[in-house]
Amino acid sequence: MAEYQNIFTRVQVHGATYPGVSLGRGSSPRTGNGIIFYWLGKLGDAQIGPFYLGWTGLASILCGFIAIEIIGLNMWASVNWDVAEFIRQLPWLALEPPSPEHGLTIPPLNEGGWWLMAGFFLTTAIILWWVRVYRRARALGMGTHVAWAFAAAIWLYLVLGFIRPVLLGNFGEAVPFGIFPHLDWTAAFSIRYGNLFYNPFHMLSIAFLYGATLLFAMHGATILAVSRFGGEREIEQVVDRGTASERAALFWRWTMGFNATMESIHRWAWWFAVLCPLTGGIGILLTGTVVDNWYLWAVKHHVAPAYPPVFGPVADPAVMQGVSQ
Amino acid sequence: MRARTPKSSTLLAVAAALLVAGCERPPIETAQQGYRGTGMVELANPRMVEASAELHAVPAPLPPAEAGGPTAGKTYQNVQVLGELSVGEFTRLMVAMTTWVSPQQGCAYCHAGADFASDSLYPKVVARRMLEMTRHINSDWKAHVANTGVTCYTCHRGQPVPAAVWFKDDSAERNIGSVGWRDHQNIGASSVGYTSLPYDPFSPFFADKGQIRVVGKTPLPPPSGQSIKQTEWTYGLMIHMSDSLGVNCTFCHNSRSFMSWDESSPKRTTAWHGIGMVGDLNRSYLEPLRGTYPAERLGPLGDAPKANCNTCHRGVSKPLNGVSMLEAHPELAPAGGAATPAPASSAASATLGSVLFKVGKSEISAESMKTVGEAIARLKDDGAMKVALSGFADRSGNPEQNLELAKNRAFAVRDALLAGGIAQDRIQLRKPEFAIAGANADSRRVDILPAE
Repeated sequence: MAEYQNIFTRVQVHGATYPGVSLGRGSSPRTGNGIIFYWLGKLGDAQIGPFYLGWTGLASILCGFIAIEIIGLNMWASVNWDVAEFIRQLPWLALEPPSPEHGLTIPPLNEGGWWLMAGFFLTTAIILWWVRVYRRARALGMGTHVAWAFAAAIWLYLVLGFIRPVLLGNFGEAVPFGIFPHLDWTAAFSIRYGNLFYNPFHMLSIAFLYGATLLFAMHGATILAVSRFGGEREIEQVVDRGTASERAALFWRWTMGFNATMESIHRWAWWFAVLCPLTGGIGILLTGTVVDNWYLWAVKHHVAPAYPPVFGPVADPAVMQGVSQ
Repeated sequence: MRARTPKSSTLLAVAAALLVAGCERPPIETAQQGYRGTGMVELANPRMVEASAELHAVPAPLPPAEAGGPTAGKTYQNVQVLGELSVGEFTRLMVAMTTWVSPQQGCAYCHAGADFASDSLYPKVVARRMLEMTRHINSDWKAHVANTGVTCYTCHRGQPVPAAVWFKDDSAERNIGSVGWRDHQNIGASSVGYTSLPYDPFSPFFADKGQIRVVGKTPLPPPSGQSIKQTEWTYGLMIHMSDSLGVNCTFCHNSRSFMSWDESSPKRTTAWHGIGMVGDLNRSYLEPLRGTYPAERLGPLGDAPKANCNTCHRGVSKPLNGVSMLEAHPELAPAGGAATPAPASSAASATLGSVLFKVGKSEISAESMKTVGEAIARLKDDGAMKVALSGFADRSGNPEQNLELAKNRAFAVRDALLAGGIAQDRIQLRKPEFAIAGANADSRRVDILPAE
C-alpha cells in the first residue's frame, strides 16, 4: 500500500530537533530544546517545542484560565458543588448574561456580573493571543494572514458578545457561556428576530462556510492525489511548477474547465474562510439594530415567496377579540 | 485493503447504535397539511400510537338515567351544584365520577361515612369546584374544547390527582450564594423537553398573564421590546406544548415565520384559546383552592396543583384521541355559560386596576397615575368600598430587594390614595403569596383589590 494513501504518517524520519531561526531583538528566548513525540508524529510533525510564550502568551493563558475558572466554578456552584451532577448536567449548564433590565450597568456579581467578568477575561485572552500570533508571524518574517483570519473570527465573537449588545443598550442580548444554552440562545435569537435565514448576510456567511469546506475538500484531495509526484511540497511547486502541479492543474481543467494555481487556491480558500465570520458578523450586527424582523424584511423586499393559501383564512384572535395575550 | 477484524466491526456497530439510541425508531408516517415544501405535516408512529392506546382509551358510558322525578337539590342536602338534575341523573353522574376519579377509593374518597351531605373531607369541596370548572370549560371555552368538551376523566384517568399537574418550583435556584446563578434555566428539565430553556414556563404564562409574543411586528425598528431572554421563556412554553400534544412546531406554525397568523394552520387559533383557557382555570379555579388542600397536596412553594397542556392532552393533539365523553353527560355542559365566580379570597376577583411600575422603581409614573386616579374616583363613588393593595416585583435581581421593592410600591400607591383623599381605614396592605413572579412589565405592579 502506498505511503501517501494513509490517514496516519507511516514512516517517520527523525534527526536532531530543530530549534528554529534566531530571534530578533525584543523577543524573549524560547523555552526547552524540543522533544520528539512519536504518536503526534502520526498526525503531524513529531517535534514538540521549543516553546515561545513571551508576555502576551503568558498573560493570554492566565486570562483564559481565569475566564474558564469563572465559568466552570459558576456552573459547578449552580449544581450545589456536586461533582457527579456537574458532569451529568455539564452540557446544560451555563453562565448567563445579566437580565436586560440591567442595561449596560454593572449588575450584581451573581446576576450577570460574573458573566461580564468572564467575558472581559476571555476577550483579553483572545486579543492577547491575537497580538502574539501577529508578532510571532512578524518575528519569523512571515505575512500576517493567520492573524487576520483569526481577527475575522474575533470580529464575530465581539459582535455577538459585546458590540451588538452595547448598540442595543443591554448585555442581556449577549450569548451565555454554555454548551446547549448557547445553542438554544441561537435558536431564540433567530425566532425573536423573525428568522435569520432571511438575513442576506446570514445567507452570504453560509455560502462562504460551505464554500470554504468545499474548497478545502477539493484542494486537500488534489494535493493528496498528486503527492506521489511530490505535490505536498506546495510552496516549491508555486515557484517551480513541477509535474505534480501540472497534473493537478490539468485535472481541474479537464473536469471543470478552469483551475486555480498552486498559489491562488490558498487565496481563494483564505478569503472564503475569512468572509464566513466577516459577513456573519455583519448579519448579526444588523439584527435588532436596523432590522427587527428578517422575515417581514424579506417580504417587503420580495425575497420571501408567498405560498398559495391551503387553510382557510387564519387571523390573529387577539386582534379579533381586542386583547393581547 | 485489509478486511476489518470482527472486533472492530462490533465496535463500529455498537458506536452506531449508541449514536441513534436517542432517536425514535421508524416507521414515522407523515400526512401533509400545509403547502408543499413548508414541512407542515402531521407525524405519527404507529408503534408508539399503539403503545399509548390504553392511556387514551375511553371508558364505556353508564346507561342513561331517568330524567323525571324529584330533583337532587330537593332530595339531598347540601347540593350546591347540579341540584337541578333528577335524582337518577345525579346518582349516575356521582357513580361515573367515582369510576373516573377514585375507582379504588370509592365514594369514601370524598364522602365522610354515611353522611353524604358533609363537607368535612377536602376532596368533596375540591370536587364540587371541579364540577363548576368542568361546566365552565364546556360552556365558555368552546373555542378550545369545541363540542367534544371535557369530563373529569379527560384529566383524571382513574386517579384522584391527575398525573400531569405542575407546581411553582424554584428549588434549582436555591443553595446559591454569590456564585452559580441559573436565571431559571439550564437544567435540562423534562418540562421543556430536556432543552436548556427556562424550566418553568408555566408560572409566567399559565399563572400570570405574561407576554408570550416576542417577535417584532415590523420589518424595521422600533423593536418589539422583547429580549432574547424573554424569547427563551416563550420558546420553553412552545416546547411544552409540542411535547404535550405530540406534535411538531409545524402543527400550528409555518416555521419560516412563527409569528405570522396568515401562514399558520387553524389549529394555532385553537391552541391560542387553550393558552387563555389554562390561565383562566389556574387563576379562577385551581390556585384559589390552595386553602382547601392539606399541606401534602401543595407544591414546594405552597401553591395548589395547577394545569398545563399536558394535564389533558397527555401526548396527543386531541385528548382521548378526540372521543367525546361529554355526549353521554350533557349535564356537564350547561347552555348559556357557567362561569362561577371564584371565592372572594381569590385574586381573580375584579380589581380596581393594576398600577404598573418601571424596572427597579417604586415611584408612580404619570401614566400609571391615571390608574390610581380611576381607583380614587371609584372609591369616592362608593363610600363603603375598601381596598387592599398588593405589591409585586419581577423575578430579575435579588429576591430580598425585590420583596422590599414590592412593598415600597404598595406604600407608594397607598400614599397616592391618601393624597387623593381616601381615608386610611379604607386602605389595607396585603402581602401576596407570590410577590415575585413573572419576568415582564405585568409583574412590576400593585393590584388594587376590593376588600371587606
